[in-house]
Amino acid sequence: MLLLGIVAPLHAEDAATAAPTAETAQTAPAAAQGFAAWVAALPEASYSEKADLVQQIAASGDPAAAPLLRALLENRLFSSTDGHVLISKTEGEPQALADAVSGEASNLSADDVKKVGTNNSLRKTLKAAIAQLSLSDKDAAVRLAAVREMMRSVDDESTAALRAHRETETDARVRSAIDIGLALADLASSDADTRLAAVKHLSGDISADAYNALLPLTSKNDDGSDVEPDARVRSAAQMAVRNIEGKRQIYGGIETLFFGLSLGSVLVLAAIGLAITFGVMGVINMAHGELIMLGAYTAYVMQQLMPQHIALATMLSIPAAFCVSGLMGVAIERGIVRFLYGRPLETLLATFGLSLILQQLVRSIFSPLNRSVATPEFMSGSLTINDALSLTYNRLYIVIFMFIVFAALLTLLKRTSLGLKVRAVSQNRAMARAMGVRTEWVDAATFGLGSGIAGVAGVALSQLTNVGPNLGQAYIIDSFMVVVFGGVGSLWGTLISGMSLGVVNKLLEPYAGAVMAKILVLVFLIMFIQKRPRGLFPQKGRAAEG
Amino acid sequence: MIRRLLLSDRGSQLFFGALLLLAIFVPLLNLGTAETSALHVPGYTVTLIGKYMTYALMAIAVDLIWGYCGILSLGHTAFFALGGYAMGMYLMRQIGTRGVYADPILPDFMVFLNWKELPWFWHGMDHFGVAMLMVVLAPGLLAYLFGWFAFRSRVTGVYLSIITQALTYALLLAFFRNEMGFGGNNGLTDFKELLGFDLQSQKTRIGLFLVTALILAISYALCRFIIASRLGRVIEAVRDAESRTRFIGYKVENVKLWLWTFSAILSGIAGALYVPQVGIINPGEFAPINSIEVVVWVAVGGRGTLYGAALGAFIVNYAKTYFTAALPEVWLYALGALFVGVTLFLPQGIVGLLSKLGSKRKAS
Repeated sequence: MLLLGIVAPLHAEDAATAAPTAETAQTAPAAAQGFAAWVAALPEASYSEKADLVQQIAASGDPAAAPLLRALLENRLFSSTDGHVLISKTEGEPQALADAVSGEASNLSADDVKKVGTNNSLRKTLKAAIAQLSLSDKDAAVRLAAVREMMRSVDDESTAALRAHRETETDARVRSAIDIGLALADLASSDADTRLAAVKHLSGDISADAYNALLPLTSKNDDGSDVEPDARVRSAAQMAVRNIEGKRQIYGGIETLFFGLSLGSVLVLAAIGLAITFGVMGVINMAHGELIMLGAYTAYVMQQLMPQHIALATMLSIPAAFCVSGLMGVAIERGIVRFLYGRPLETLLATFGLSLILQQLVRSIFSPLNRSVATPEFMSGSLTINDALSLTYNRLYIVIFMFIVFAALLTLLKRTSLGLKVRAVSQNRAMARAMGVRTEWVDAATFGLGSGIAGVAGVALSQLTNVGPNLGQAYIIDSFMVVVFGGVGSLWGTLISGMSLGVVNKLLEPYAGAVMAKILVLVFLIMFIQKRPRGLFPQKGRAAEG
Repeated sequence: MIRRLLLSDRGSQLFFGALLLLAIFVPLLNLGTAETSALHVPGYTVTLIGKYMTYALMAIAVDLIWGYCGILSLGHTAFFALGGYAMGMYLMRQIGTRGVYADPILPDFMVFLNWKELPWFWHGMDHFGVAMLMVVLAPGLLAYLFGWFAFRSRVTGVYLSIITQALTYALLLAFFRNEMGFGGNNGLTDFKELLGFDLQSQKTRIGLFLVTALILAISYALCRFIIASRLGRVIEAVRDAESRTRFIGYKVENVKLWLWTFSAILSGIAGALYVPQVGIINPGEFAPINSIEVVVWVAVGGRGTLYGAALGAFIVNYAKTYFTAALPEVWLYALGALFVGVTLFLPQGIVGLLSKLGSKRKAS
């Protein structure tokens, strides 16, 4: 038995190097012929002959080999009376039979076929052969998956196969995975030194497998004796477990930080338009949330217009949303806000009324139900750094996107003539007018700019949450809090306050729960505003006194 | 003296007159006429008008601080809901063994959550007196604390509005939690009786209606009294020129704090009257939009007049009742347009419009 296990991979090893690939297409039919013959011989062969046939089938390199061997191992292989070999979809009673060589569906029923039998030693051969087949795959990812699969049930055959493959493996990741698998196997070894070496090897690994394998070594049996008899191994295992736990904690911390930063980015995106309209112009725009919502719906509409090109549609919806929300913002400024300058409370009420109208408008046009906005392919999935840490792409891109928007806005305000005028008007309206700045025009442009940014934020939000009529309401209070906390009129303040609120929120969540964390942050903000009514970074100078 | 104080202006005369008419004729036409009679006021309408009256009380409370002192609170329903919850807790304890789980002490939702004993803040709430004390104390204390911090650090204007909104939003989130012990999402409901009177019976409803009318009248009179007093002058001075009033030597924050707390207590009482008539209190009452709606009632009616606020509460809520039943899609458009229209074209509200028309007629 043992001999077979060791010999099998060697056989297969030779075969694998000689296995036909695309460039040896000429020999492929010959191999397939042999393959078909070997398969046909399977049902009638004795167990030892079957073992040889399995080796040959595994070595044939035929794509049908792996499913066939797997079927044989799982008792799903059947033979018909006319000599065909068939694979069943299910174990036991054969169902949905298909030809093992050609893959064609067969209409034979359960009565026409009988199972191809296996015994213990044949099954061992089969396991080794299947693992070997996957290990010799050209794709490193498949090999890695095979190694991971073999790590799940470590036994002599798989360790032997892994050890043999270790020598020829070229991919570093696969090799290190094999090392871990071998170390896991060595943990069960009867030799204390081998176990010690294995424990030491595993102590650097943070995978769940290693942790679960090491943990029992540090515990005690029911009768009080240690599971691990050797004291050196025991203490090494304790060290290793502590080491792994420490590493996991660090990665967990990094993950929380990342979640916090992404939440913070969302907050900054939602608030930064407000930082302009409220911070620079001093206008309370309660419809700001609805401008965000309009941006999100713009993304939805763009995707509906171009269902074939989701990624392109999402990209295009960024400028589109800027225009839609920006124009809406200019309309709001020209239609309502300009009559109410200097009366902030009335502005607040009027724009709130407007927000109700916009919400209802969206309900009438798009229905009150949430709309789902598709995520472009490059934004789905996650960046897996290791077992304990993976960052989802959509959150990663939101963080990056936020910084781009922030940088663009900052450049616009500090480097362009429009930005200069905006700052001049916000600091001293009368003086700016005296200098020939068309303040009315600047007001409309500023309001449009802040609103447009809100629309862009809406596109980003559409990738994270459901798009519905209430999308804006959910963010309006948070946005105001971010602006007020950061200090009205300070873009950098908005950035820092949004980021820190996001991180604090996520840091509190494990201890207090999501809702309680939010409440605590709100209470903290209320207290903070009492202490520093002008926020973290108050505007300095005479313009700030009001 | 009192007569002169309360009935000196036309609006107050009309307010008390209308309230008196309501208090006399609604019960009379409800109990005294046959159901088939054309003059019959159905029980539903009685409760509805009773509800409007609690809204009017709420509007007066908001008008007192906004219209006369310039403090725009966007979180006043927090106090309304707290008063409502205090009343709801009392009503909950009165259910006794008539609940679904028939637990003599624990309300149903606690049994459902598998709680074994009453949380400490529920103790004593089975006494009407204690509950009424809490109706005043809970909103009053919260308002006092909040105001003490806010006014002392001179948080004013828009900033104050935003943090009041944050306050009610935080309370909304908190009351949604089951762990808080206030029934979570579902709130408190299924009330049976108040002081031994069956809440379902028409006579109890009429009784509640009359009590609400009485308290509304008393509160109105109290507010009038404050406004007409020397303190009232200071309050208006704070609204018009806060810094100057401070320089003259008045303790502006004390004036504000006092008025703010009083207004919160009025809101709490309104909430307590609201709950037995409507039959439910849930965290939705804390929603920031409710607070903003109250501000709209005041703005529509005409702020800084008290009776205008009450009028606004009646008109807007009647419109809401009508629209949400007849044309539900139109309601939010109408409400939104009302916000915009009133702030742009009717800064003094309906009352201001009427008096302008009146003075024009006199002039011509």
